Amino acid sequence: MRIRSLVLRIVREFIRDKRSLALIIVAPIMILTLMSFILTGEEYQPKLNVIGLSPSLTKKLESSGAKLYKKTTVQADRALKNREIDAILTANMQTINIKLEGSDPAKNKFVLRFVQTSLQSKMPSEIRIILSVTYLHGSKDMSSFDADGPILIGFFSFFFVFIISGVSFLRERTSGTLERLLATPLRRWELVIGYVFGFGIFMTIQACLITWYSTQVLDMMMVGSFSYLLLVTLLLAISALTLGTLLSSFANNELQMVQFIPLVIVPQVIFSGLFPLDGMNPGIRYLSLFMPLRYGADALTDIMIRGKGWSDISTDVFALITFALIFILLNILVLRKYRKI
Amino acid sequence: MVQSNCIELNEVQKKYGKKIVLQNTSLQINHSEIFCLLGPSGSGKTTMVKLISGIDTANKGEVHVLGKKMPDLELFHQIGYMAQADALYNELTGMENLEFFASLYGLQGTKQTDRIMEVMELVNLTSDLKTLVKKYSGGMRRRLSLAIALLHAPSILILDEPTVGIDPILRQSIWKELRKLSQSGTTILVTTHVMDEAERCDRLGMIYKGQLIAVDTPQQLKQQIGVTSLEEAFLFYGGGDKK
Repeated sequence: MRIRSLVLRIVREFIRDKRSLALIIVAPIMILTLMSFILTGEEYQPKLNVIGLSPSLTKKLESSGAKLYKKTTVQADRALKNREIDAILTANMQTINIKLEGSDPAKNKFVLRFVQTSLQSKMPSEIRIILSVTYLHGSKDMSSFDADGPILIGFFSFFFVFIISGVSFLRERTSGTLERLLATPLRRWELVIGYVFGFGIFMTIQACLITWYSTQVLDMMMVGSFSYLLLVTLLLAISALTLGTLLSSFANNELQMVQFIPLVIVPQVIFSGLFPLDGMNPGIRYLSLFMPLRYGADALTDIMIRGKGWSDISTDVFALITFALIFILLNILVLRKYRKI
Repeated sequence: MVQSNCIELNEVQKKYGKKIVLQNTSLQINHSEIFCLLGPSGSGKTTMVKLISGIDTANKGEVHVLGKKMPDLELFHQIGYMAQADALYNELTGMENLEFFASLYGLQGTKQTDRIMEVMELVNLTSDLKTLVKKYSGGMRRRLSLAIALLHAPSILILDEPTVGIDPILRQSIWKELRKLSQSGTTILVTTHVMDEAERCDRLGMIYKGQLIAVDTPQQLKQQIGVTSLEEAFLFYGGGDKK
């Protein structure tokens, strides 16, 4: 009897909690949908540049489904650098040199296997083609952890800052101290900036620790500049902080803050580059333009694996700064709900 | 200063969603008087106090404080506000809370320390300055909130249920202090649901279901209808319209 009334009470409560209802239904559907776009997307079509390959071999690659280019060596090298193509195949007697872009181990393996199987097919077994593999970035020793490391750094920094700052700003509101602060001459923008700097201190420490630990202790691949790495991690954390405080305005308690994770964090992980997006519908791929984590992960990969400099990461850096500024402005606007000036 | 009223409400209405919590209310509070808002919980006291202290804005009508329309950033310097819920940082000590709020009002250095000592003496918390607020009792938290409201020596003091959970002896001394402050020119607005506290005010506003039902001195309110207690007066004004 008591159990029944307890169950009834819980059911009633839960039905009235539209947010949690939406979370258990809408969120999984959304995430599964996103995952399905990746997993059931079209077969990946390797983009290869061939130099001096015999017509029969070229035809084999083409019929296996590769997208072939016939640029000159110089042009092909540039395209490889810009990640427009995945590999350059150069024929040299019995040997075929494959130069892979190399920063994504999963793609490396896929391209290698693709080339091997398509070239060996229907070939008399006594004629063997020898493949010699070189890498533009990374090497065959590079693990998935190396490749995903920069993204993971970005993700963890983003995720935890988002939660912590969101919850603490929420506490400010639920404990009444926000209201109390707004009865003082403190301006709204001062409050928001205060939060950015207050947490900024901890985020700087966090960024230093994470980057130091992953490159020095975990021995993650790191060929670029450490100061850029720090800069990007910090900017990413600031955008997480401002997004966290902003969204906390739309949560009434800690649980509701946590409910934002599958809504805000998980899609960003999907688009961050941990999963290959090549098979994804291009229209949906555009969603990643609105995700700070994607820019952070992109810049971090450029720095750590490709060793690129300012000119290559500047777009990502400015994107992160823009996100942070927009979130800060929205924070100030949302506080109008409590005090008009 | 030529304006006659310290606080003035003109036909103020406040709604939360569709629910009207304060209906076309007008009220004048004079300089350096102790004005008391008496009413049960949910009657609209806190809403009114929030509108006056500029934390919330009315849907209709205007609130003027010291001749200026609220909210006004400059006026926050003149107002000391003590919320109904203790808006304190639990992870900080009493001293750290005071320092934080003092610096928001621009109090620095020795002036800050002196002022902190003064107000903490007043609420009898000097010995607990270094204690974390989460270890404070309910009454101590109320007192610390009061101390914070007094910190910047405001000319208007708005206290939302200030004496809840405070023992009678300390309550006595707090009221004595409030009287002293009003004599030195501070205007004080206090809300309460305790009848005997309302007796101590200069003037009293009875509020019930979002309406001011009577405003006068406690003496007058009782005399007019020939009763001896405020409780009877409240019953009369609150339900009297039905006869």
